[in-house]
Amino acid sequence: MTFETSVELLKFHNVAYTVYAMIIISVIAWFAYNLTRTEKAKPIVRIPFYLYIGFLVAMGVGHHIFTYNTIPWVSEDIMRHNVTPDKTFKINIANHKFDMEKMEIKKGEKVLFDAHSSDLVYGFGLFRQDGSMISQMQVNPGSKNDLLWTFNECGEFDVRSTEYAGPAGNDMFVKKVVVVTGCDKKGV
Amino acid sequence: MSLIKGTNFDASTLTALQKVTLRAVVMSFLFYGLAALEGTLMRVALVNPSIPPIEGHASHFFSIMTVHPIIGIFGSTYQLVFAAFMFLIPYLTKKPLYSVGLANFVWIMITVGSALAWIAAFVWSYAPLYTLYWPLPADTEQFNVIGGIVFIVGVALIMIGTLGFIYNIYATIFAKVGVHANKTTKELLISGFGIDGLLNLKNKLTGKPPYSKEPALSLPVVAIFRGTVDTFLDALVILGAGILVLVYLLADASGASWDVHAIDALLYKNFFWWGLDLVADGLVLIYVAGSWYLLATLITGQKLFMENVARAALLLELFVSWMVWSHHLLADQGQPEMMKLISGEMVTMFELLTQGLALFITLMTLWKARPLKMTMELKYLLAGLLGFGLAVPAAIIQADMGMNRILHNTQWIIGAHVHIALLTGLYMTLYSVVYVLWPLLTNNTKVFSMKMANMHFWLHLIGSLGMGAFMGMAGLDGMLRRHFYMDGEFQTFMILAAIAAVMMLVAWLIFLINIIMSVGLKGLIGIFLPAKDDTATFGIDPQPSVVAQKK
Repeated sequence: MTFETSVELLKFHNVAYTVYAMIIISVIAWFAYNLTRTEKAKPIVRIPFYLYIGFLVAMGVGHHIFTYNTIPWVSEDIMRHNVTPDKTFKINIANHKFDMEKMEIKKGEKVLFDAHSSDLVYGFGLFRQDGSMISQMQVNPGSKNDLLWTFNECGEFDVRSTEYAGPAGNDMFVKKVVVVTGCDKKGV
Repeated sequence: MSLIKGTNFDASTLTALQKVTLRAVVMSFLFYGLAALEGTLMRVALVNPSIPPIEGHASHFFSIMTVHPIIGIFGSTYQLVFAAFMFLIPYLTKKPLYSVGLANFVWIMITVGSALAWIAAFVWSYAPLYTLYWPLPADTEQFNVIGGIVFIVGVALIMIGTLGFIYNIYATIFAKVGVHANKTTKELLISGFGIDGLLNLKNKLTGKPPYSKEPALSLPVVAIFRGTVDTFLDALVILGAGILVLVYLLADASGASWDVHAIDALLYKNFFWWGLDLVADGLVLIYVAGSWYLLATLITGQKLFMENVARAALLLELFVSWMVWSHHLLADQGQPEMMKLISGEMVTMFELLTQGLALFITLMTLWKARPLKMTMELKYLLAGLLGFGLAVPAAIIQADMGMNRILHNTQWIIGAHVHIALLTGLYMTLYSVVYVLWPLLTNNTKVFSMKMANMHFWLHLIGSLGMGAFMGMAGLDGMLRRHFYMDGEFQTFMILAAIAAVMMLVAWLIFLINIIMSVGLKGLIGIFLPAKDDTATFGIDPQPSVVAQKK
């Protein structure tokens, strides 16, 4: 199981968290109802204390192991300093303005976005035309801000600052500045 | 029974301790109303940006966004928590509060400080947000210098008030009077940090007699003791950041031009988030766990289930809360990968364990005492448990290098995690505390209307869960948290979130009316008049130190 794009991951996350939310709401509601009843409630399932603790630890650790193995950009991000990108794009940001050229990318290419801020803390976020997010990073002045990304989808994508840098930063939006090609007619 | 006289409330019979507590509670709920109004204005503006008073002005929108957490967290939550604890510590330790005068100083400082921060945003549109990411708060090309100075002075006053609270709490706990007349500082420290609970567990496992059969401090006091350590460190960090910003602003006002890049933005972020996270992950979770334990024992009248485990868990949280700040910096590529992995992911994961334990212990304590009457305090407590049951796993999900890449700074973070944690989890717990303390603080004043109390409960519960959920869903669709969308983006979710926000505002109004009708306007004013009875204890001999000396 691998999530090729953020859309797939977010759909999975949405379903998983909604199911969890329904379960915890139901558990508390069931608990509240039985708390006031005089006749003793029969437990649906008896969970020993140490099993509960083990479950919490397994969920906490297992969640990271799961994402490391199913989300391709995790290992890519950690190992990015040892990877030679297919293309590198420099992005300069100053006075609430992006300075970058149109970025043309082939599907499957490893691309490094190398962003520099000369004044404030900004964000560099890639978005689809429907507003959903592909990826992002913070752009701190005086630090290295490098995002290695492999596009597994085609289309024209926007760049928006994902960090607040004063009211003037609200307009930091560049339409269709990233173009990814190389998919077949079905978009794969 | 009337608007003027209330039900049977008589402010003249209140002690100094009761009055100072109620003063802070009144201010807290007034600030809550202001925060709720601000939140609703922002939610409505995201549906229709041209609606007054924001009228499509980003500077106005972000000014509100800047003061909203200052008013909500400090003006309201800090006041309410500090008031409750400055009453509960004397109540639980059976000792007088160190200083009622200092307690008055605390609520006045926080009230004036919060008001100044609000004025800075309202008058001068000073809007660097609560994150104060360097060098934005010192950006005098975007923000007015005077506004910045007023804002920072306001925050500094809040922190000075906070230090006053901390001194009052520790001076009361360590006072060698009453039941603690013969205790040493070492014994109180061991109990305060939960070390006795850990040693009791160790001795139980090795078959030895318990280290301490009767710990020096009760468990809720341990939680307050432990949480206040984080409150202290957090106050120092925020004060430190405030001084830095103030120095730059004053330099600018004097005509000097200092290089803001002399301060490393990422290092500053680490420093600031280390301190700020002590509020979210240390202070809130520990104070909340302590409040749950107290409420469970008061509601059931029984001992806490697995008390030694709970004490040891508080000790574990001591180390956890100091080492988790990197989960806020998972999208910062300059942050070392090992810090992201260890602090951001692995240590943060322990919060699932500590909060899961607190949830389990509280539920088990209630379960063992069934059947229970579904009182207002029990209802609110269960809702509070639900809030953290939803918000903590949401936090663990986003504190992951894979998920954070697409969730950082989206409405998911501020909706599904922060607002559900604060509005459902924290506030429902605090309302439960209010209902438990109400008869003690008001000398058994009758609540005007239980129907109104129930309406408040359901409107706040559904509103807070609904708003958090719809904001979260918009976040999953890519909506950012610190952006003013003006072209109708994410409209459906924003309409639903705005309806939920209005429900919470109505809930607060119903609560306010119910309280005013209970204590009456005359009683409300009476709370702020000097107390005739200067007693600083509750339910015991007012001078336990004298009793201890005689013994």
